[in-house]
Amino acid sequence: MAFLTLTDIRKDYGAVTAVTDFSLTVEQGEFVSLLGPSGCGKTTTLHMIAGFVPVSAGKIRLDGRDITYAKPNSRGLGIVFQSYALFPHMTVAENIGFGLEMQRVSKAERATRIAEALSLVHLEAYAARYPRELSGGQRQRVALARAIVIRPPILLLDEPLSNLDAKLREEMQFELRTIQRRLGTTTIMVTHDQTEAFSISDRVVVMEAGRITQVDAPYRIYEHPRTRFISHFVGKTNLLEARVAQAGRGGRAAIGGQLFAVDLPVQMVADAPVALAIRPEKLRLTEAGSGRIGGTVASRYFLGSQWLYHVDTPLGMLLAVLPNDGSIPRDEGEAVGIDWADEAIRLLAEDEVAA
Amino acid sequence: MSAPGATPIARWAPYAMSGPAFLLFATLLLVPLLLTAILSFSQFDHHSGIKAGVTLQHYAAVLTDEYYHEIFLRTLRLSAVTTLICIVVGAPEAYILSRMSGRWRAVCLLVVLAPLLISVVVRAFGWSMLLGREGLVNQLLELAGIGRQRLLYTEGAVIVGLVHIMMPFMIVPVWTSLQKLDRTTEQAALSLGASPVTVFRRVVVPQVLPGILSGSLIVFGLSASAFAIPGLLGGRRIKTVATLIYDEYLHELNWPLGAAIAVILLIANLLIMLGYNRLMERRYRRALG
Repeated sequence: MAFLTLTDIRKDYGAVTAVTDFSLTVEQGEFVSLLGPSGCGKTTTLHMIAGFVPVSAGKIRLDGRDITYAKPNSRGLGIVFQSYALFPHMTVAENIGFGLEMQRVSKAERATRIAEALSLVHLEAYAARYPRELSGGQRQRVALARAIVIRPPILLLDEPLSNLDAKLREEMQFELRTIQRRLGTTTIMVTHDQTEAFSISDRVVVMEAGRITQVDAPYRIYEHPRTRFISHFVGKTNLLEARVAQAGRGGRAAIGGQLFAVDLPVQMVADAPVALAIRPEKLRLTEAGSGRIGGTVASRYFLGSQWLYHVDTPLGMLLAVLPNDGSIPRDEGEAVGIDWADEAIRLLAEDEVAA
Repeated sequence: MSAPGATPIARWAPYAMSGPAFLLFATLLLVPLLLTAILSFSQFDHHSGIKAGVTLQHYAAVLTDEYYHEIFLRTLRLSAVTTLICIVVGAPEAYILSRMSGRWRAVCLLVVLAPLLISVVVRAFGWSMLLGREGLVNQLLELAGIGRQRLLYTEGAVIVGLVHIMMPFMIVPVWTSLQKLDRTTEQAALSLGASPVTVFRRVVVPQVLPGILSGSLIVFGLSASAFAIPGLLGGRRIKTVATLIYDEYLHELNWPLGAAIAVILLIANLLIMLGYNRLMERRYRRALG
């Protein structure tokens, strides 16, 4: 039996539908991310789980209990807010102890558990500080400690890392995951940052315009995006408009006058339009004249660990990302060949949500 | 804040620019205050009026006479109770106002602030009509079988009138602090299991304390020196310091004594407000900055 079940959740604001047909089951101990652009309904969904936003229709069950209409202060969930929402007039220890105090935990036990939580987030030395005397990263840790100290069945994270600078964000990502693993707390995180979602989640729920468009393990979403939108939203992609030349396994797609091997569903008719996608890091630059197609390097960018090339080809401008292996990079204007493995090309379903 | 090597014009510009305001304050505030202070040390007798010579006799009279002690204590009590009621009523009112949706908030804010547009004297007469022997409140009490009560010319009437006048001065500063409140702290407290009342008491109130503090300073200061309300609703029986000063000046014609009382009121008011401010600030400076 699933730990948290959301069934056909819907939220309307007057005539506007913010979330619709949202169904999801989360297993105990799982780390699930809701990923999508701003306005896709991910935060609304999180707030419905938390109880801050009443659902318009649907059911939410937590560990066998129907919490659809339960008050937020009776759900017992741990929440980390985007702004951290620390109590500015309380010290770090008082902030963390607030939830325990509300649960009428004895003073002695409170002290022990506050100390435990502080050591979990490495802030033992800051118990007596006020939030405004802390850095952004430290406040974030306090917010996390305050949420987990009440031992919630579910931890909800609302864009928890978006206010941190890039380096700190990366550190916190892994730390968040480590802490979550150690405690085994079922966690749902809202984010618009795909790197963040991919690096720490067991599963990612991609949302677009209030609906779920794909639920999968991070690498599955990256490698097999279902729609054009997802393939663009998660990472960079080369999109190729092609026509069916021959359907079925080991089929062929035609772009311009060239044929490419790609598996196509048997029911596809010849000459039907299809969208193909290939990730920039799956392209290999070869010597001019070799490879599947030729092209010229239009521009190149050095990213430290990688080189990013824009290559002008008969298929249009292609983006290629190559690891910086120390060899001499291609010059702008140089003629090159481009090659890729057959299985690197993905067929995209037509978008269900009209653009 | 002129940089070294600034031209003389740049150095004098700030003084020149604040000149008009300084002149205005000097003539309208400092000079009258100074004259009042000087007057309070002048000698006086009932036959010949103000005489030359310096004396501390008026201060001694006020500080030793029980009659004056009672009036000062009553004034402080009335002001303190008014301030307390304004906090207890005004802070939740401001909170509810801030939680209302657009149009209702505008209407309710107007209702709260509109009394400021009506003269204090008119409002005081309004209350005396309501609270008088034949007033609406007494008629209702009679209908309810309680019988007529003496309402007007009591401390209760003065407090009711003062609270009515002062409420906007509490609501506006608290409202301003509430604008700066991070609403998610309330959600955080709720998620941690706090009841709405606990959220208000433990999370909202401490954060808007600076607003409550400045509101209570304004209300206390204005109440302690209020003249029209105690004059019209307290009558001859409920004398306050402000009405006492009026009497000394215009009935007894003892201007120096009136001036001495005014100076003492000013100093007492200042000491109480500074002390209160210091006390609150020390507690919350570190947390709220």
